[in-house]
Amino acid sequence: MATPEPAAAIQPPPPPADSTSTHEFPLPPILQHPSAAGPAELITQGAEGRLYRTSWLTPTRLCALKHRPSKPYRHPTLDARLTRHRILSEARILQKCRREGVAVPALYGIDESQGVLSMEWVPGRPVRVEVNEFLRRRAEKYPHGEGGRGREEVTRDEEGATPLVGLMRRVGEAVGKLHKAGIVHGDLTTSNMMVRPWEKDKGPVNGHHGDGEDDNAERSLEGEIVVIDFGLASQGSADEDRAVDLYVLERAFGSTHPRAEALFTVVLEAYRNTFKTAPVVLKKLEDVRMRGRKRSMLG
Amino acid sequence: MAPLYALGCEGSANKLGIGVISHDPETNKTKILSNIRHTFVSPPGTGFLPKDTAAHHRAHFVSVAREALKVAGLASPKDLSCICYTRGPGMGAPLTSVAVAARTLSLLWGLDLVGVNHCVGHIEMGRVITGADNPVVLYVSGGNTQVIAYAEQRYRIFGETLDIAVGNCIDRFARTLAIPNDPFPGYNVEQLAKKAFFEPDGTTKREPVLLDLPYAVKGMDCSFSGILGAADLLAAQMRKQDALLASGATLKEGEERITPEDLCFTLQETVFAMLVEITERAMAHVGSKQVLVVGGVGCNERLQEMMGLMARDRGGSVYATDERFCIDNGIMIGLAGLLAWETGFRTPFEDSTCTQRFRTDEVHIKWRTD
Repeated sequence: MATPEPAAAIQPPPPPADSTSTHEFPLPPILQHPSAAGPAELITQGAEGRLYRTSWLTPTRLCALKHRPSKPYRHPTLDARLTRHRILSEARILQKCRREGVAVPALYGIDESQGVLSMEWVPGRPVRVEVNEFLRRRAEKYPHGEGGRGREEVTRDEEGATPLVGLMRRVGEAVGKLHKAGIVHGDLTTSNMMVRPWEKDKGPVNGHHGDGEDDNAERSLEGEIVVIDFGLASQGSADEDRAVDLYVLERAFGSTHPRAEALFTVVLEAYRNTFKTAPVVLKKLEDVRMRGRKRSMLG
Repeated sequence: MAPLYALGCEGSANKLGIGVISHDPETNKTKILSNIRHTFVSPPGTGFLPKDTAAHHRAHFVSVAREALKVAGLASPKDLSCICYTRGPGMGAPLTSVAVAARTLSLLWGLDLVGVNHCVGHIEMGRVITGADNPVVLYVSGGNTQVIAYAEQRYRIFGETLDIAVGNCIDRFARTLAIPNDPFPGYNVEQLAKKAFFEPDGTTKREPVLLDLPYAVKGMDCSFSGILGAADLLAAQMRKQDALLASGATLKEGEERITPEDLCFTLQETVFAMLVEITERAMAHVGSKQVLVVGGVGCNERLQEMMGLMARDRGGSVYATDERFCIDNGIMIGLAGLLAWETGFRTPFEDSTCTQRFRTDEVHIKWRTD
């Protein structure tokens, strides 16, 4: 019989260094160059790369510069292989999307040896932020408690949900368009989609006019969906891969916005009408869902 | 109010763990009174079969439970508030053995039963031990690989393996190499991987060789079965080389000699890089800087080191525990069960079943209000 482990007193490790302080990184070499255009601002630290806002060629043309620093935790051989492969494939796929008319940032430049990719700056905020803002406003409007619905799930027919339903529909259409172009994203989440406000005085170009109410805040849900971050994307049109893409989005959506989970059906409905074999993909999605691990086996 | 006590019984895989834990609802202080574990170890080259594992748990339950109570030093089992047992997920037969034993204790002492989700047990134990209040959790073991974050009274699964668990991948590769299963296969793979940094003499430093294995990450999900297949092929190639060299022939020009050490090193580097990557993606997505690693694979020092390097770059920190709390144990079931019991949760005797499939996000985390 194994010797019983003594019951140790619980000693928490020393508290981490102030984890709220902003963390500073050295700028990638391209931004340290004396002639580097304009000041660069670190916008976000994603899983793979750091995104800087800077300018491209002229001081007024904003550009998003994505730097994939080498990962200290990864073996150098593996790290170099992954970084090179992903940056080249991201550039290739951005170009292809552009050709096929999918709304993605335009590719400006690439230096795979430095792990740097620069592209058009997309104004607006991620879908994740917009959806959460919507849910927050809703919770304020209808405080929870007796009869309140602020903490309940959003239903598509409820009063005031129209702008969110419209956004969901545009998300579904954007994914459909991407798949139609023969691209599988590989990491679809609400963080990887931007809501680009319609251009001033132009109005929506694809017939979604009238989604918004006169409420100013709700107008932020208006805009074109621009899919970003193609680091894990691949080219292909297999129904299986497309279905997994949708499954990844469905799960990310449910875990990120539990209160709006019911609206995901709108995404799938919009997706259904975007290309000919979309219904087949949705059928396949049901299989993929069933394959999910450790699903409860009810019924 | 005096602290409450619970007995936790765990047996979802080859570890039978029983322990006594106390929790004070007022001060939220937790204390471990005993943590006894007995592991079923199968011979090298084999895995543990449900039937044999269940028989092991049945044979040792009484002695382990007695030991747990003795070490805890409770005056009487009546001081306990409840008997907690693993409801799932896990292997059916071992789960059933322990559930039946837990029911018996509950009837014997007239105590409430609480069925606990194994994954939630790991998370709650990790939070208590490390003091991480709201981390992104990487739960990695022989049966599970999940990236979890808490939101609105559920532990929500952001990413997981699409096929086998990472621990299963490592264990089965250990079987391919016929490495001993004692104390556990992952530990022996880790030790072999460390040897890859030295020449066979054990002292001269060398650079380990990273062999070519696939890398399978899809968003926050990943897949390990293809990697296991490729690693098994490399192992087969190594055995061919062994036979060739034994017959006095030499390797083909330019062919690299494969060693078990390099294979273990490569496997660890590849699968852990995938785990760290999906964890980092989840952290970026939910905007968290804390990461907690739980589950049996979580006590691998290389994984902890890699996770630490990643967290450091994000200005955050990694929380990990050692094998006493990482590897399946009874107190984690006791803790999660006791927390649920305090909120009024009971498992009625007639519902005290167990299940092989039990999603982490099915459990209502009533005791967290943040």
